[in-house]
Parts: sequence; structure tokens; C-alpha cells
Amino acid sequence: MPHDDHDHPHALLPPEPALRVKALETILTRKGLIDPAALDEIIDTYQNKIGPQNGAHVVARAWSDPAFKAALLEDATSVVADLGYYGRQGEHMVVVENTPEQHNMVVCTLCSCYPWPLLGIPPGWYKSDAYRARAVREPRKVLAEFGVTLPKNTAVRVWDSTAEIRYLVLPMRPEGADGLSEDELAALVTRDSMIGTGLPKEPS
Amino acid sequence: MSDCVTHTVPVPVFAEPWHAQVFAVTVALNEAGRFDWSDWAERFSTTLKRHGLKKELDGGNDYFLAWLETLEAFLTEQGETSRKDIRALRNAWEEAYLTTPHGQPVHLRQK
Repeated sequence: MPHDDHDHPHALLPPEPALRVKALETILTRKGLIDPAALDEIIDTYQNKIGPQNGAHVVARAWSDPAFKAALLEDATSVVADLGYYGRQGEHMVVVENTPEQHNMVVCTLCSCYPWPLLGIPPGWYKSDAYRARAVREPRKVLAEFGVTLPKNTAVRVWDSTAEIRYLVLPMRPEGADGLSEDELAALVTRDSMIGTGLPKEPS
Repeated sequence: MSDCVTHTVPVPVFAEPWHAQVFAVTVALNEAGRFDWSDWAERFSTTLKRHGLKKELDGGNDYFLAWLETLEAFLTEQGETSRKDIRALRNAWEEAYLTTPHGQPVHLRQK
């Protein structure tokens, strides 16, 4: 972009949809329905404060503390709220545990429902038609495209998140992770492993 | 789906500033109790389905265009605004950009 082009006669015109968003913002601000400072705060929160590190913390705790894990599988919403992870799109969360018998994978066929307080804003592919349509129809093929190959006798179960229920996958603790601290364990937990389209990293 | 595997490098949460803005406006309205999130999700899902009939949506710009269209329709239906207002303000912003010297902050003329 020629941002440093000093011969440019006027400010760079933003793309068409950006003008429409600005129009809405102006209308709603003038009516007192929104506060521009609050918008900046929301953006800052989702850009910088909320992200998969929150979910990774929960998973690492579950790997280290059997009582916490039991409580998490029983009632994830209140357990993660106690850790400070609550709010928009996290009203009702369900954690599904991967086992040697069953691998879990999450999709939202409706739109893009996702546990924001634990994972932040979903990546583009999660919101794409390709993923939303195919995760249900051919989950193993989709997993293979993510580089995940499961043993033949591991079943794949796909969970469809909705505006009311959002799923988080509790991946299996990797082999050889004994003796690691919770922080070290959290570093092994990837975003995709909590959506079920990936596996945790192996300890080095 | 070919980019699924390459998505392991960190990517910005919002690809475009306006994606972030329209997201934040919607969340702010929801937090202020203007609508339930499930109601929003249902309407948004309907828009995505309609757009998805014409082409395969990429989850990026396509996704937020559907988002914006849903929000405009929702606010119009609620009587908070009208197509005419949106168009007028959109034009006013365009005018503001085109008449502000490059490098200066862009402000809307009071109307």
C-alpha cells in the first residue's frame, strides 16, 4: 500500500464494507447505543488478551490434577469460570475427552460458534464452508489434511457447537510428559488440539 | 482446505480492521442487551447459508461481509436505522476520506 506516498492527494479510501461499518458506528454512537471507547476495548481484549493460551492452561491443569479434570468433565462452565474464563460465547461449555477409543472434533455447522473465552476468535478455516460442511461428512479425511492420522480402531466423534453449547476438546496427554510443570504442559497444547483438528506437541 | 495445514503460523486475529470493527459493534450491542446471541447466530447462519449458495465462503472476507449484512438488516428491522440512513452516512464517510488531505485524521462533517 502506498501509505508513504506523499503525493497522494487525499486520505486512502477504505474498502466499501469498511465505509458501511463506519456508517453503522456513527449511527449507533449518535443514538447513544454504543461507545467508541468500548469498541476499542472489545477489540483489544479479543486481539491481545483472550486466546488459546487460556484453553491450554485449562488442559494442562486437567492433565496434572485428576480432581480438576473430573470436575471439568462434569461441569466445564463453572470450573473455567472459577479460573476467570467466562463471558461472551462461553455461557455453556462442555469439555469432551479424547481417549484411545474416541477422538473428538468440533465444528459449528450453524455459523462459527466457538468457546471464545478459552480459544479467542476462531481461525478462518473454522469459519469456512469447506470445514463446516466436511467436518461432519468426512472427518477422517479432514483430519488427514490437518496431518492427523488416527489408529484404525479409534472412533471419530464430531460435536456440533451451537449458540447455546460450545465444545472444547481435552486432548490426550502426550507420552513422555511426566514430571513437566503445568506451564510446560500448557506449552504443548495447541489451539487445533483443543478443536480436535490437531494433536498436542510432543515433549522435546 | 489446502491452507489448513499451513495455518500453524500465528495469523492476526482479524485480517482487516473493519472485520474487528463490525465484530466489536455487534458484541457491544449484545452486551448492552439489544439482542440475544442465539438470535444473532440464527440470523447470521441464515445469511451465511444464502451467500453459500452462490459460492463457497472462505471464512475470511466472505464471512465478515455476511456478518455486516446481517447486522445492517437486524438494526433496520429493529427500527434503529434504515437503508437510507446507512447509505447517507456511508456516502458522508466516503466524502470525508476524499476531501481530507493524505496523512490527516479523517473526521465526518457534522450533519
